Amino acid sequence: MTASLLEVDELRVAYPRRGFRARPVEVLHGVSLTIAEGETLGVVGESGSGKTTIGRAVLGLTTPSGGTIRFGGQDITHAPAKQRRALARDLQVVFQDPYTSLNPSLTIGDILSEPLVVQGINGKDAHARVQALLDQVGLPGDAAQRLPREFSGGQRQRVAIARALAPRPKLIVCDEPVSALDLSTQALVLDLLVDIQRRTGVAYLFVSHDLAVVRHVSHRVAVVYRGDIVETGPAATVTSEPEHAYTRKLLLAAPVPDPVEQAKRRAERHRLRETPPAHVHA
Amino acid sequence: MSVETLTAEQKPVAPRRSAARRLLKDPQALITGGLLLVIVVLGVFAPLLSGHGANDSSLDAVNAGAGTPGYPLGGDHSGRDIWARLLYSIRTSAVSAVVATTVALLVGVTFGLVGGYFSRRIRGITEWVFSLVMTFPGILLLIVLMPVTKGDVRVTMAIFGVLLSPSIYRLVRNLVVGVRNELYVDAARVSGLPVRRILRRHVLVVVRGPIIIATAFLMGSAIGVQAGLAFLGVGSSTVPSFGSMISDGFRNLYVDPWQFAWPALLLGFITASLVLLGNALRDALEGSRPKPVKIAAGPRQEPEAGESTGDLLTVRDLAIAYPTPSGELREVVSGVSLTVAASETVGVAGESGSGKTQTAFAVLGLLPAEAVVTKGSIRLHGRELLGLGERELRRVRGHSIAYVPQEPMSNLDPSFTVGAQLVEGVQASCGISRREAKERVLALLARVGIQDPERTFGCYPHEISGGMAQRVLIAGAVASEPELLIADEPTTALDVTVQAEILDLLRDLQRESGMAVLLVTHNFGVVADICDRVVVMRQGAVVETDTTLNVFRGPAHPYTRTLLESILDGSTVRTDPPVAATAGREQ
Repeated sequence: MTASLLEVDELRVAYPRRGFRARPVEVLHGVSLTIAEGETLGVVGESGSGKTTIGRAVLGLTTPSGGTIRFGGQDITHAPAKQRRALARDLQVVFQDPYTSLNPSLTIGDILSEPLVVQGINGKDAHARVQALLDQVGLPGDAAQRLPREFSGGQRQRVAIARALAPRPKLIVCDEPVSALDLSTQALVLDLLVDIQRRTGVAYLFVSHDLAVVRHVSHRVAVVYRGDIVETGPAATVTSEPEHAYTRKLLLAAPVPDPVEQAKRRAERHRLRETPPAHVHA
Repeated sequence: MSVETLTAEQKPVAPRRSAARRLLKDPQALITGGLLLVIVVLGVFAPLLSGHGANDSSLDAVNAGAGTPGYPLGGDHSGRDIWARLLYSIRTSAVSAVVATTVALLVGVTFGLVGGYFSRRIRGITEWVFSLVMTFPGILLLIVLMPVTKGDVRVTMAIFGVLLSPSIYRLVRNLVVGVRNELYVDAARVSGLPVRRILRRHVLVVVRGPIIIATAFLMGSAIGVQAGLAFLGVGSSTVPSFGSMISDGFRNLYVDPWQFAWPALLLGFITASLVLLGNALRDALEGSRPKPVKIAAGPRQEPEAGESTGDLLTVRDLAIAYPTPSGELREVVSGVSLTVAASETVGVAGESGSGKTQTAFAVLGLLPAEAVVTKGSIRLHGRELLGLGERELRRVRGHSIAYVPQEPMSNLDPSFTVGAQLVEGVQASCGISRREAKERVLALLARVGIQDPERTFGCYPHEISGGMAQRVLIAGAVASEPELLIADEPTTALDVTVQAEILDLLRDLQRESGMAVLLVTHNFGVVADICDRVVVMRQGAVVETDTTLNVFRGPAHPYTRTLLESILDGSTVRTDPPVAATAGREQ
């Protein structure tokens, strides 16, 4: 086992509520997880479970109300702006929606070179790096001069991946990176992510609602339910022989593309419905 | 198994042109911009172009007619050269426009960015200040401040700029609030960009279009107000201005109407040009939206009448086209045929752009106004639906065909309670009293699995969950006991566990009432779960139609095979161990 790259310990996040002296809502109640270098941790959960918030807290886009986040050994829970800027070199993100995660008025070249220029790389080196990145994610070289709107969803997501790769990060937070894409494009983008990981040794914190997607890219999987991690383990175990009742429910709810198999699964689910999953918070 | 071929997918895009070049191609921008340029040049070279100063008066020239030597446009009541005064007035107008807009932009954009981007507390303060500024009565204030400004045009216009700034502030603040939560701004923050750079590069760039457009209008407004003040006699009488010229001409209207006409015309030209230029700028910077071109429907093949297949719904050779900006028709659905028998569930599966939703909308008669059905027929019980009037279509939709949308939340009106919306629909389609409708709705809500119908009945849409909202919409759809339910991706926006429940509900409802379901989806798991037959579509055409079992067990078309193969199922578990980070970071 390699040393942990990211260690999240008892992370709590609360969002303020509107109104005078309203109690804030806590969306994460002490979540702990670790990611080793070059590893993918899949975080799976339904909407409102807090899975996206974990990623945002790691990225510093949300302020935790408790717990610690350590990255490469240093505490980044409440990293000031200056430390965050230094962190940007090692910690990157790919968002869900490739239609809003790229600035519509910048060319692909500008989008990709921006993080490089901020890191102090000169224009010519940045240009060469942009070409290498486009090549790496399988986009044509002339893409740099074009605008995001000239590309399809899958291609835009490739641009977003290239942007994340630009500073050669150690960890990329992938927040539902394929859920806005078509089925056939999904598989291609996932394969690209896995391929890049094999070549560069980057680690992924891979957030998704789709067990099948998570299973495809993750070494380990953590299941989030209502702000708590209910189960963590190797991908194959968690996604085929889940221990927790909620994971089982999640697994059986996802329809399989086979009518006969699906009918069996449905019957199984109906049987399980008689015994609802134990709530983590009584 | 690559379906997404990178080159085939790209639409042929015209080489991108810069906004400036697009502006030069726009005749409106060229004419108005050219006119303004000529006017400004005239003003700049005023001393060279006229033999007199703006305030030189000569008794010989009092009310002289146009064409008097040295006085091309004649003289006014004080014997001043109207031509010279026009030219010098341009200078005054240009200075007022520049001073007022510069001040308005500096103040408005700065505080708009600050108020929009930073915390709510800072926005509260800027909001308060600018609301206060807005309450000042503009022109009145400028007149009252005369002793302070001593009639100096520049000072007056600087103050007017401050008075104009709230409109810019509000524009920028609204745009920034919208942009601030965009994912690309988050991405920029993650990239470690300093706030100043994010504001300049990501926020300001996006909001600059509307600001430039507003600038053109602000200039027009500043010139108008300056002329208005001068017309009222506010300000120094020695400063030549369109306003004072019009005022003089007005007094001399019966002696020589042209003294009034010249400045009025020029002022009109300037402000009209600025407004039109602003519109041209908007088109160039924001891209003019293609105007919907209404094209008459092409000849529709009438299928031989009288044939009856016994199917509930028969769609035959349907083609739907949309006009492109160049006026040609582009087909999005070409020659689709499908049938739905009574109490059968048919899935229409395909990826985005396959035309599956367009086909469903055509059956509902809900295509957008610019869509053209170029050929084909849609029959319900053998009755042709295409070409029916809106009134008859509404009857069909209310009674025979119902619809469940993809986004349950956006299909409920946030300003009415769930119950009120359902009661309205039930009343309209069933023609029963309000009380009966309410009872019916409560029974329906209980039927679709809502635990506490009374409570949900009184809830507003934001108070219920997405899955609950979809149950409510299904309740509304089955209220009139339709023969055909068209569901457009009914579970795509929902969690898998909720999706399973909604599919169960649809299955139960169908078993009870015997209605047929046409289910549009991209999810083959959903198809496998609920559909009897499936129609696979690709790029507007049907590639395969068969029973669900046959399609999954032995897909006939290669495209179907590719799609099924790209599904991530239980067999694709990642097995390779994590690579050690040191094992070659090639990049």
